[in-house]
Amino acid sequence: MVKPGSVAIVGAAEMVSPLGVFPELSQLGLHAESAIRAMKETGLKPSDIDGVACAGASPTEVAYYLGITPKYVDGTSVGGCSFMIHVRHAAAAIESGLCTTVLITHGESGKSGIGRGGFPGGRQGLNAQFEQWAGPTGAPTMFTVPVMRYMKQYGITEEQLAMVAVVQREYAAKNPNAMMKDPITVEDVLNSRMIAYPFRLFMCCLVTDGGGALILTSADRAKDFPTKPVYILGTGESVETPLVSQMEDFTSSRAFSVAGPTAFAEAGISRDDVDHLMIYDAFAHLPLYGLEDLGFVGRGEAAQFIWDGNTRPGGKLPLNTNGGGLSYTHSGMYGMYALQESVRQMRGTAPAQVAGAKISVAHGVGGMFAASGTIIMSNEQP
Amino acid sequence: MHDYSRMVPQATPETKPYWDGLKEGKLMIQRNKATGQAYFPPRPFDPRDPVAEVEWFQASGRGKLATYVISHRPPPGFEAPFSIAVVELAEGVKMMTNIVECPQTPEALQLDMPVEVVFHKVNDEITLPLWRPAKGG
Repeated sequence: MVKPGSVAIVGAAEMVSPLGVFPELSQLGLHAESAIRAMKETGLKPSDIDGVACAGASPTEVAYYLGITPKYVDGTSVGGCSFMIHVRHAAAAIESGLCTTVLITHGESGKSGIGRGGFPGGRQGLNAQFEQWAGPTGAPTMFTVPVMRYMKQYGITEEQLAMVAVVQREYAAKNPNAMMKDPITVEDVLNSRMIAYPFRLFMCCLVTDGGGALILTSADRAKDFPTKPVYILGTGESVETPLVSQMEDFTSSRAFSVAGPTAFAEAGISRDDVDHLMIYDAFAHLPLYGLEDLGFVGRGEAAQFIWDGNTRPGGKLPLNTNGGGLSYTHSGMYGMYALQESVRQMRGTAPAQVAGAKISVAHGVGGMFAASGTIIMSNEQP
Repeated sequence: MHDYSRMVPQATPETKPYWDGLKEGKLMIQRNKATGQAYFPPRPFDPRDPVAEVEWFQASGRGKLATYVISHRPPPGFEAPFSIAVVELAEGVKMMTNIVECPQTPEALQLDMPVEVVFHKVNDEITLPLWRPAKGG
């Protein structure tokens, strides 16, 4: 429970017109104008805000639109009481040190209907106006856009990109539940069907049905359950932009770079303490960005790190040991499966079990480098 | 040339000057009046300092190829393979687009090559900013 009186509302502003309309603002614009009024009242700038909560728009859109780099986002969207819930979550987050200053926004073009409905904002949304018309058809042609810059910057070859898929298939071969188990070579990957150059079919995730669930409780209570407890050591989150074209740096995910280090700082462990790692792999470049943005290797070193066998079965940093989204399963929101594999490794029940593993990291992405979350867990209570 | 009519964008009050500019063959973007720093996509404030004054101005229409994929999965009306690219403008902002008037191959699409805007009218309301390899100097 949050200590009474430890968190306060310091800014409050609303947008209300006697005419009942704001014909010059879109729905997103109403979020932003309300936020700017509240910031003006308190003297705060976007750089002073490190938490964003909203409903009726994505916190990614609101944070990006206002130029905020959050460490805390809450997109809880459950109808009219959502904003009370945002306040509650924000109080808990501030109390526990996840962030210091949370901005909660609401905006709804309920009468004028500007920029609302459909795929974020319909034809008037940021995606429709500034990306969708160029012809992307889903994640394979969007999530992949940054990689050419990464490859040029660090001299990464298509063979090295292909090796990511090859290594993960080695784990999938050990996993009875994996969809793709047959061994593959770099040549097999490069010869598979071109999807969006430089990405071939085997560099892209599977499309499957699936599901999963987790139950969490306090560490004290956890001892009373029949299962082996897996303790949460640290967590992190962030968002960057709903437009992949507007990433600050095509060679690095800002969301990863906030979420990952935040989780490590909370856990108080170093990268060397990690025995097992999951990095959400919707496409073959994601483990490269993840290894670097989380600090396991230096900039531009991830592809060679994988090429040299460090993440293979028996390597020093086993990665995506279920086979990953590339070979195990990918129902659309894969993060649950990464968490499930981390839990199995900590319980000692994974098909490709890492002997003696005590600390596991599960790192996830949302959208096209739009969002990120990192969970560090252990089978030993610190 | 692709048929863009199936996914034609629609302006909002905040982005109307951008789309109006394109109709007239002008690439209008915004900058902070005090710092001169440009930003994109359009919005009525500078995300680095939302209380600062901002202004519209005509961009040079020159830039370089920042990154791209060559999609083999075209939406209806598009000819594959085709580039989905990000151009970095001389003014420092980035925008997604298609690189046109050149082969859609890795050999022809070299990162950092100079590109220039070309205005493609879709209908009376919307003209899109496509980009092509820069001609001459």
